[in-house]
Amino acid sequence: MDFQVVVLAGGTSEKLSPLVSKDVPKALLPVANRPLLSYALDLLEASDLKDLIVVVEGQEAAQLVGAWVSSAYLDRLRVEVVAVSEDLGSAGALRAISKRLTANDILVISGDLVTDVLPGAVAATHRRNGAAVTALLCSVPVSGPSDSASSSGKDKAKKPNRLNIVVLDKTKHFLLHIVSGTDVEKDVRVHKRKIQAVGQMEIRSDLMDAHLYAFKRTILQDILEQKEAYRSIRLEVLPHLVRSQLRSDPSGNGTTVEETGNNAVLSSGNLQCLAQHRVIAPSAFNQDVLSRSRGGHRCCAYIATKSKYCHRLNSIQSYCDINRDVIGEASHLSGYSFSAQNNIIHPSSVLGSKTTIGPHCILAEGSQLGDKCSVKRSVIGRHCRIGSSVKIVNSVVMNHVVIEDGCHIQGSVVCNNVQLQERAVLKDCQIGAGYIVTTGSEHKAESLARK
Amino acid sequence: MDIRRPPPRSSSGGVEPRFRQVGFVTSAEPEAEPAPAASPPAPDGLSTGARSPVMIPPPLIPDHLHAPVPVPVPAPASESQSFMPSSPPPASSSRLEAASDLDDDDDVDVSWARPPPPALPEPYKRYLTEKKNEDAPASFSQKPKLSRAERRATQEAQRAAKAAAKEAGLKSTAMASDVNTKLSKQPKTAKTSLKKDMTQVNPPVASDKKTSVHPPDKDRKKDGPQPRMQFDNAHRVVKAKKRSIVNQSEAQNRVELFRHLPQYAHGTQLPDLESKFFQPDLMHPSVYKVGLQYLSGNISGGNARCIAMLLAFREAINDYSTPAEKILSRDLTAKISSFVSFLIECRPLSISMGNAIRFLKNRITKLPLTLSESEAKASLQSDVDRFINEKIIVADKVIVSHAVTKIRDDDVLLTYGSPSVIEMIFDHAHEIGKRFRVVVVDSRPNLEGQGLLRRLVAKGISCTYTHINAVSYIMHEATRVFLGASSVLSNGTVYSRAGTASVAMVAHAFGVPVLVCCEAYKFHERVQLDSICSNELGDPDAISRVPGGKSSSHLKNWADNENFHLLNLKYDITPSDYVSMLITDYGMLPPTSVPVIVREYRREHFIACTIDLLHWHGLLNHLGQSELPASKDCCFDTEQTPHMCADAKSKAFSALDMCSSPKGRGEPQHCCRLATPMGTLIPGSLQPDGPSTSPFSELSENVVRN
Repeated sequence: MDFQVVVLAGGTSEKLSPLVSKDVPKALLPVANRPLLSYALDLLEASDLKDLIVVVEGQEAAQLVGAWVSSAYLDRLRVEVVAVSEDLGSAGALRAISKRLTANDILVISGDLVTDVLPGAVAATHRRNGAAVTALLCSVPVSGPSDSASSSGKDKAKKPNRLNIVVLDKTKHFLLHIVSGTDVEKDVRVHKRKIQAVGQMEIRSDLMDAHLYAFKRTILQDILEQKEAYRSIRLEVLPHLVRSQLRSDPSGNGTTVEETGNNAVLSSGNLQCLAQHRVIAPSAFNQDVLSRSRGGHRCCAYIATKSKYCHRLNSIQSYCDINRDVIGEASHLSGYSFSAQNNIIHPSSVLGSKTTIGPHCILAEGSQLGDKCSVKRSVIGRHCRIGSSVKIVNSVVMNHVVIEDGCHIQGSVVCNNVQLQERAVLKDCQIGAGYIVTTGSEHKAESLARK
Repeated sequence: MDIRRPPPRSSSGGVEPRFRQVGFVTSAEPEAEPAPAASPPAPDGLSTGARSPVMIPPPLIPDHLHAPVPVPVPAPASESQSFMPSSPPPASSSRLEAASDLDDDDDVDVSWARPPPPALPEPYKRYLTEKKNEDAPASFSQKPKLSRAERRATQEAQRAAKAAAKEAGLKSTAMASDVNTKLSKQPKTAKTSLKKDMTQVNPPVASDKKTSVHPPDKDRKKDGPQPRMQFDNAHRVVKAKKRSIVNQSEAQNRVELFRHLPQYAHGTQLPDLESKFFQPDLMHPSVYKVGLQYLSGNISGGNARCIAMLLAFREAINDYSTPAEKILSRDLTAKISSFVSFLIECRPLSISMGNAIRFLKNRITKLPLTLSESEAKASLQSDVDRFINEKIIVADKVIVSHAVTKIRDDDVLLTYGSPSVIEMIFDHAHEIGKRFRVVVVDSRPNLEGQGLLRRLVAKGISCTYTHINAVSYIMHEATRVFLGASSVLSNGTVYSRAGTASVAMVAHAFGVPVLVCCEAYKFHERVQLDSICSNELGDPDAISRVPGGKSSSHLKNWADNENFHLLNLKYDITPSDYVSMLITDYGMLPPTSVPVIVREYRREHFIACTIDLLHWHGLLNHLGQSELPASKDCCFDTEQTPHMCADAKSKAFSALDMCSSPKGRGEPQHCCRLATPMGTLIPGSLQPDGPSTSPFSELSENVVRN
């Protein structure tokens, strides 16, 4: 279908600091015991997109990701893992590989997207409308926009300020204006020209950019070349495209059918124009706006329905949410088959007596639990050794973690090789890899990592 | 008939019981028949049973027999048997007579009165097959001479059998023959035999149906452009579903009369198609895109759809490469066909698109074998460009230039919907400084007129906007009615957006001239008398949604109510009586001249064929199998000018003349046999008929009333 796919897998994100480290780049962060990137790759594979370019920030991270991809997707996908230097941003990463892009349209998907929206739907919308860019918009997760920081407590009051403003036309196909959370001030300025052109618009704050785009290659490359300062697709490239879509000069000829008819020799471009005669519903755009397809371009949006799951993993809060959802309500994404009790207990794991594993839990291979433990809505990784009388609720415990007797873990993320000594109590904490929590210590809403 | 009826009844014990029983029992299975009888015939009214609705021909013979033999004559059954096969098949006139006779009959069902004309051969055939069935038992029962008592026993058995059948809930009863054989048997056994016979009866019926369906199909394939699929034929729908790319589920409650048209549950196709977007080798991307645009309604309007399709094909041809061991002309034709079937699944083709496809396929099959692939592709692409340019764009220009002459100052022009060519006419007339006013009549659900209105107002044309229910009010003001058309059929019927007919008729009633603007490539030789047999169904939800307020959402869950159907017809036909003038790229003509255009237009294709024919001949000549010295040069000469200009046309004809002249050694028959791409051509048809050098000269003189 003449599409090229670029997966922006990121590097070692600062936002996820204790969870992500040099050894575990963001792409390989386990979500329900699967690397994060596998969700995006599986989605693409299911849509018959087998030729991918995975862009990773940093050489070491790229090596790790490359090793994992080549082992996991050996026969299934043809993946090219490209390393770019760090701190380029998403636009910079695209700019770095822009020489490799040859197809007509480019599908850019963020590696941290966990969704079941089909990329084909976005691509089809893109093609259908002949758009310059089509963005996937999804409804904002219930726990607030993921831009808001993880330590949410006091931020809650500020949340209304951090909304994304999306302006759509009446048919909900065309993106007229987009302001992302951080840029929202008191007022949102929408250009008069747009209102004149459209007549009626819809301003919504319940949508967010899911970071899945279909770009027209030529336009994308032009922008990347011209605006070298642009670093982020979401914050800079897309708003720029949206802003400039009505910018072509008003005198720019009403290229209607009559004019094309006057030309004795018709170029193919004019024919296209004729074919697109009233391509857009006339109610959406005025005639003069419509006919300016030469100078202007269109930015379209594909709005995921409410029933679809669509989240980005870009904060610790969202990491917890996605872990919970993938083993809970969006369990079809996990790729596992859940047991009758709605949980997964690997046959090689060992449970002590009177230990209960509740629904929406995953217990991976080789893990051992002592007596009288209780696990609820949590993910436990491989080869963990958990003592007796341990309570784990709403938490993620990664691989090779040692939890001694009497520990209580709630709403926390415990990374690889962490040791929790006896009677440690964690609430809403993130424990970095290799950290040792001492006996009897209590932590609340803290982020602990080895120095 | 009323007079005639008593004799059979009185003679029910008389002449030829087998006949009547045959007639009776077959007819006594009302449900098994295609046309249901309202009530089962009275048990003693054997003859009325014999005139059951479906069995038109069979009762005919008893009637014929009865008429001369009113008195029950105990004639041997064998006589009637021998008579029947030898009797010539009843002439249709006599059949009609009988039917009309029966029409007068009070007792006869209503369904009697209108036997569907195409069904006529079927009962006859069926009659024949039944006759075969009947032969064996007849000859068998010929031996025992039936006494009155026995016959009564027969009747009793029949009655009992029927009652039993009713009891058993068996909707259909069976043939007479078995009753005949089992004269004195118990009802029970009769019943079982009935079942047995049912299985016997049904197969011939089924096969009859098949045979009656197929021949017209074949004929249509030869004549018509596309055999339309009948969507009430479940068997074929299932078959078609297997091949289809788009996974469609059909809408549930559809209007009975329009079941033969495809209607799918809306909103299921697009997501399905989207999910398959990246499947490899599914479809050429540009074709896929066009299909999506059809499906979502992004592209609508005859010209836009046709151009979009052609451009998609053009791109597909550009990217095409012939697979190994295949011939371009064959493989590409198959490819185009698969594209077309995909597009049909997205939205039924318009007639204009059908014409364009036919043109393209024709060009592909006529490609000379000597061309290399790249040359062939380039030639096809230029063909497509030419088609778009000549048949649509320039045609529109010509139409505009013609139509503008019909606009005078201070005219009030009424139009309906948003036909693209009409918009161009208004624009042009405005540009050249005519002062006029436009009335835009619109209709739900598409409200396309609003777009037209907006664009016209933006250009400074004064407009009035109204909906079609006010057309009779606004027609007072109008001095001209300009209408677009999806197609014009060869009887002058205009096939256009639903509502056009009403506008035209109202205009006719008010004495306002109706001018229909239509490019000639949209003409079609089909004749259509109603808008039922061939039409397109739109999304029924589109008309159930009423703008404005929650109070108007009465039709919210209409699909749940099985007694309720919504009908969103897209097209209707306007009889030619209501069209004052047709404005085409061949000039302005009365609708009665459409067949001429269709003929001439076809000839253009046709000449293209003849040139290729000659080329074939030349090729043959080249190979040394035949010699055609006279026309050789001409052949290659015409070949070099593939364009369908008048010049080439005359050359073709001159070449033809040489060909068909008795002196020329290569005779037309010769090339006809050769002409594989043409199929079978009658040599005589190669002769240019009439003064064809300027085929449209006669038309241009065909001045139109105004």
